[in-house]
Amino acid sequence: MRAYMDFVRQAEAEGLKIGEVVLREQELELETAQEMLLKRMRENLQVMRESVQKGLKGNLRSFSGLSGGEAAKVEARRLRGESLTGERFSGAIAKALAVAEVNASMGKIVAAPTAGSCGVLPAVILTVEEALGLPEEASLLGLFSAAGLGMVIADRATVSGAEGGCQAEIGSAAGMAAAAAVEMAGGSPEATAQAAAIAMKSFLGLVCDPVAGLVEVPCIKRNATAAAIALAAAEMVLAGIKSAIPVDEVIDTMADVGRQIPCSLRETAQGGLAATPTGRRIQLTI
Amino acid sequence: MVGPSSSHTAGAVRLGIMARKILGVEPDKAEIRLHGSFAETGKGHGTNLAFAAGLMGMGTDDERIPQALALAKEKGLDIQFTSADLGDVHPNTAEFHLRAQDGRSAVVLGSSIGGGQIKIVAINGFPVEISGDYPTLVILHRDLPGVVAQVTSLLATAQVNIAQMRVSREKRGAQALTIVETDQPLDSSVMLLLRKLPAVVQAIAVDLG
Repeated sequence: MRAYMDFVRQAEAEGLKIGEVVLREQELELETAQEMLLKRMRENLQVMRESVQKGLKGNLRSFSGLSGGEAAKVEARRLRGESLTGERFSGAIAKALAVAEVNASMGKIVAAPTAGSCGVLPAVILTVEEALGLPEEASLLGLFSAAGLGMVIADRATVSGAEGGCQAEIGSAAGMAAAAAVEMAGGSPEATAQAAAIAMKSFLGLVCDPVAGLVEVPCIKRNATAAAIALAAAEMVLAGIKSAIPVDEVIDTMADVGRQIPCSLRETAQGGLAATPTGRRIQLTI
Repeated sequence: MVGPSSSHTAGAVRLGIMARKILGVEPDKAEIRLHGSFAETGKGHGTNLAFAAGLMGMGTDDERIPQALALAKEKGLDIQFTSADLGDVHPNTAEFHLRAQDGRSAVVLGSSIGGGQIKIVAINGFPVEISGDYPTLVILHRDLPGVVAQVTSLLATAQVNIAQMRVSREKRGAQALTIVETDQPLDSSVMLLLRKLPAVVQAIAVDLG
């Protein structure tokens, strides 16, 4: 089985970034030249940028009509200089909402790792890129580091909400984003593992309970809170804080907890928020 | 990809594409039996649209997916959706019963296992395991000695390396199904030679490339 710490050891032994190790491994695994892999990742990053822009305009309505236009509200407040938590932080929240809203309107996004959790990674990566004035190459390598963690999670656990609950989707996305953010900010390969572990621990046990079965309530706003948690984890790790439990053990825990989540709380819309009086009422109206 | 759910939309498109490739031709009648989370929450995720899109050969980032059912109707592709308990399978599982105009038919059981990844778990009742990540050869043949050797030597001559292989059969001497996942794509000349093997009933190449 894959282990994230294998990537960390390889990267540290050779003085590389996690993203570079993953890129090299994919080159061998897929028999595809690095330039081609980078080109494809650049296309993904471009779709991410476009989905942020599209969502921030605020004129989208979801498939059901339940949601839309929230990203623009946060962005407008930020642009007025009224943000409570600071420009960067509220920018990340707006971006995460934007992409999740595009997804809910059946627009084009990058599943990272899934469509339900598609807002977290673009929000964090683009926020860090902007904040630190990094070149696009840094974001691409950040995406490869995130992908490395995602592959390990898919191998050791799952990224499916129907299988492991929301922790498997949004928790994985937050872990991937935290690892990428740390690497982009100059953290060591080992530090990316710490950030991923801290972020993922914050979601253990989170159930998948979408109202009316739609990827809207609570999914869209969870993308924003997950981006916030990913940034908080990165902040802690860059200050030298470590996770008491190593990342691969956190991933195994997530798999184990996921198996214990009953079926009603794994994307069946039979329990959790979907089963609340309000959730049921919403279901009847659409 | 086009949203809103990687397992219920992108995964469903991929399952549709695989089912179509296994049938080997555009279907004109499809009954899709939905299990578990597909049955419970499929509609809200546009799963039905996604299955229709895949059956028509659209990709996961095709922006016509939201109109797929209307397009299917225009084309005369008849698609029925039903809920079913398909037993001990992944929560996101569907069974395709496909029929083509030329009389060909196929029953394909597949699961969407997260992040848009899929797994075909049965074809015409034979247990299989196909991810679509590799070029895959599906060969329905008579259960006779030497058929597997003929297939592998043909692939060896064509310089095609085998990544995974699985053989299953109904019962001794009856029909068997061989699934070969390969590292290299399978070109039409190899497929032609495979189909010429006397024991081979049907040989199809499927990949999500």
